[in-house]
Amino acid sequence: MWTRSIAVVSFVMLLAGSGRTAAKAPVSVPATDQSVAHALNRLTFGARPGDVERVRAIGLQRWIDEQLAPARVADAALASRLERLATLKLDSKTIQQEYSGPAMVERRQRQLAGNREPGGANPEMAPGGARRPEPGARQTSEVLRKDRQVISDIEEAKLLRAVYSERQLEEVLVDFWFNHFNVFAGKGATRNYLTEYEREAIRSYVLGNFRDLLGATAKSPAMLFYLDNWMSTADSPSSEPQMTRQRRSPGPQMTPITQIERPQSRARGLNENYARELLELHTLGVDGGYTQVDVIHVARSFTGWTIRPRQGSGLMFVSALHDRGAKTVLGHTIKAGGGIEDGEQVLDILAAHPSTARYIALKLATRFVSDAPPQELVQRAAARFTATKGDLREVVRTIVTSPEFFAPEAYRAKVKTPLEFVASALRSTGAEVRNALPLARELREMGMPLYFCQPPTGYDDTASTWVSAGALVSRMNFAVALGKNEVRGVSLPRAKDDLALEIGSPEFQRR
Amino acid sequence: MTSRRVFLKSGAMAMVTVGFAPSFLARTAAAAGTRKKLFISVFQRGAVDGLNMVVPFGEADYYRARPSIAIARPGGSDGAIDLNGFFGLHPRMASFKPLWDRGELAIVHACGSHDTTRSHFDAQDYMESATPGVKSTKDGWLNRYLQVRHERAGESEDPPLHDSPLQAVALTKTMPRALQGVAPALAVGNTDDFNVSDMGAKASFEEIYAAAKDKTLHGTAGETFDAMRTLNQKTKGTYRPANGAVYPRSPFGQALQEIARLAKADVGLEIAFAESTQWDHHVNEGAATGQIANRLDDFSRGVAALAQDLGERMADTVILTMSEFGRAVAENGSRGTDHGHGNAMFVIGGGVKGREVYGKWPGLALDQRYEGRDLAVTTDFRDVFSEVVVKHLGADRSVAARVFPGYTTPRFPGVIA
Repeated sequence: MWTRSIAVVSFVMLLAGSGRTAAKAPVSVPATDQSVAHALNRLTFGARPGDVERVRAIGLQRWIDEQLAPARVADAALASRLERLATLKLDSKTIQQEYSGPAMVERRQRQLAGNREPGGANPEMAPGGARRPEPGARQTSEVLRKDRQVISDIEEAKLLRAVYSERQLEEVLVDFWFNHFNVFAGKGATRNYLTEYEREAIRSYVLGNFRDLLGATAKSPAMLFYLDNWMSTADSPSSEPQMTRQRRSPGPQMTPITQIERPQSRARGLNENYARELLELHTLGVDGGYTQVDVIHVARSFTGWTIRPRQGSGLMFVSALHDRGAKTVLGHTIKAGGGIEDGEQVLDILAAHPSTARYIALKLATRFVSDAPPQELVQRAAARFTATKGDLREVVRTIVTSPEFFAPEAYRAKVKTPLEFVASALRSTGAEVRNALPLARELREMGMPLYFCQPPTGYDDTASTWVSAGALVSRMNFAVALGKNEVRGVSLPRAKDDLALEIGSPEFQRR
Repeated sequence: MTSRRVFLKSGAMAMVTVGFAPSFLARTAAAAGTRKKLFISVFQRGAVDGLNMVVPFGEADYYRARPSIAIARPGGSDGAIDLNGFFGLHPRMASFKPLWDRGELAIVHACGSHDTTRSHFDAQDYMESATPGVKSTKDGWLNRYLQVRHERAGESEDPPLHDSPLQAVALTKTMPRALQGVAPALAVGNTDDFNVSDMGAKASFEEIYAAAKDKTLHGTAGETFDAMRTLNQKTKGTYRPANGAVYPRSPFGQALQEIARLAKADVGLEIAFAESTQWDHHVNEGAATGQIANRLDDFSRGVAALAQDLGERMADTVILTMSEFGRAVAENGSRGTDHGHGNAMFVIGGGVKGREVYGKWPGLALDQRYEGRDLAVTTDFRDVFSEVVVKHLGADRSVAARVFPGYTTPRFPGVIA
């Protein structure tokens, strides 16, 4: 095995501070080498040399508690690695005004100057495609380079965090929740908001309260833009009625809004996109018991939640665009005459719904335990969700300390996603990553471009998606390149003859 | 036969002069029984707006429902390309018109699933498993077809049918649901990169995967190495499309070119799969120009280039395009369209009874719509799939019954000769 050892500040810190958390978790977890290795496989992006021994020394239970309280885990080495990524701490407004805005102006000017993009506009924008200069395009200017840096910084940061953060469980959960509330960098202004979205709306809440996380995503400009809610307004009386039959159901209180003062917006009515995905993907699950009528009423509740993308603005509520009629959502009445609180009320209803508890429990158990997690575990995790009013730390704790989590059939039951494969390969070899962009390109080749998952479903988390001939060949080639120390931007502490076969082996494809 | 054909208005008369290219006829006769049939499945993920793709310009309600995004009636440069006096192609799909004129392209309109879901994920899942409403189905419909074929091959005295590791190939980086299942199938992003460059490592990998107890990885690796050997032998050098075909430089165009390359390399390709993405136009869909126009341009140029490149092989080929559901008849508040129901499919090939729009047209008036808002479904998508399986791929109806469990009496639209 590899002998390189890495000083782990966190484990030292832990000895001083985790007593309180441990006391809250009376469940005892088995502390065999196998269970420790299993926990490392699932709560981290893969074990580093010496990790098993270190966790055994600390105690598996205490290590899990520590990972569940990441704020107390020192992570200074990662922070210094991230320092050179200058855009990570910027807000969306700055990114719009100083990065993407000027780039848009320059692109327009180039187009006007007759520098037409070869092949015409390619709507199927390749993930990160902007980074590769089109053949024949003029030399990249500083303005365009800065604009691309916004995306390349978050791509690099994601990989560096996965490989080097001491707060591994937090990184696993940021990956999980970003994917759950997926937005696509290839859709227009979404990319300007991504940096802030992941930092503020996702990362802040991954071990917090689900309602807070849900609210943060609902209000995030990234989501408002990606799922089009910023364009959704009360239906104007002149527009054709949608779903005539059902629209009568709210009753006589639903008065048409006739006096709508629209800002400079081309919006003229309802857009269901966010409402549907909110119900299907973010909360209840597709079988969670909602109807098309619910979708429409949820969409109506969120009318007026908008942004000004050109200015990089945050959420603005424009009451003139809001449908103030009464709504009925999943049997709950939202009274006529409301404003921004209509949407908040919908989020309350959804966050407290038993279908949401079940769906979130199922997705987390699928990530941490197996592609088809045991029903009893899902039920217990859902019950914990409900009892704690959506305390995600407690739901995760329930899952990762459960007998089902440590059952032999769960060991190596999960096939790694490309991100998990690449990150775990680098962790297991103690590799030094100087530049993570070549790794981001590898992930594109493996079918998992970071931040460029187009559909709102996010990436699938099961073996049937990730085991394929092309993927296997990509993984073997990555393993070969790593074994020869030929992965760009990466260097190994020492060459190792059979490294390629380790990393490319069937065992290493699982976690 | 329980097959049915409903003629659509003026489109009916076109059947009299079905136009096969003469070379296709000759080829079919010459190759009968010798060459394998090829089926190419093209998925438009994200729910293409079928009403702006195959435009019912004869419907006044179409124009009433879409004040800003309707495609104009035929005539001007922005108008629909007239097919039969009632339906027209989107103006950026001119590359489909020669296929139509030659009788090699048919359309099935108002086609889709009777399941009510408007979820992209579920609807794609249902279409690819071909079991609408049933989520527990483990495999995709194309994989089930392969399974049944392999089974039958084992029983017969004929040589095994699954001798090629490249019998079923998806030109995608991950395995599409339609091909997931126990029968061997490959998902390959690009055939040029489909190799382990280090010969020593390659041999070792093959060995350790062959010895692996991990069934999933063992199986996939076996198929992978077999395919690699075949590909390395048969697809050397730079590929040059034939017959002046020019593929779009998009990922979709490149995937289709790879399909042609595999088809022409005679590696035993029977089932191919490609996908075109970004059809979910909730905002600023556009009409003759704009988002949907750009996507349809890429889509139609790609498919037309594939047909051209395959040339006389099209006699043994069917290309079928599909999308999970259609979009609402009326445009929404953002000059886009929300999720709907019925949609249109293209069926292209030498054996296709083209120059025809199949299916019963339900109309677009409010009371004719599904749930008062969407194009109704009058042809179950499994009717089209079944017809491909039986009449193109040559399976008998008992095979079709296994491929489409619970759908025992399909009604073929009559789209394949």
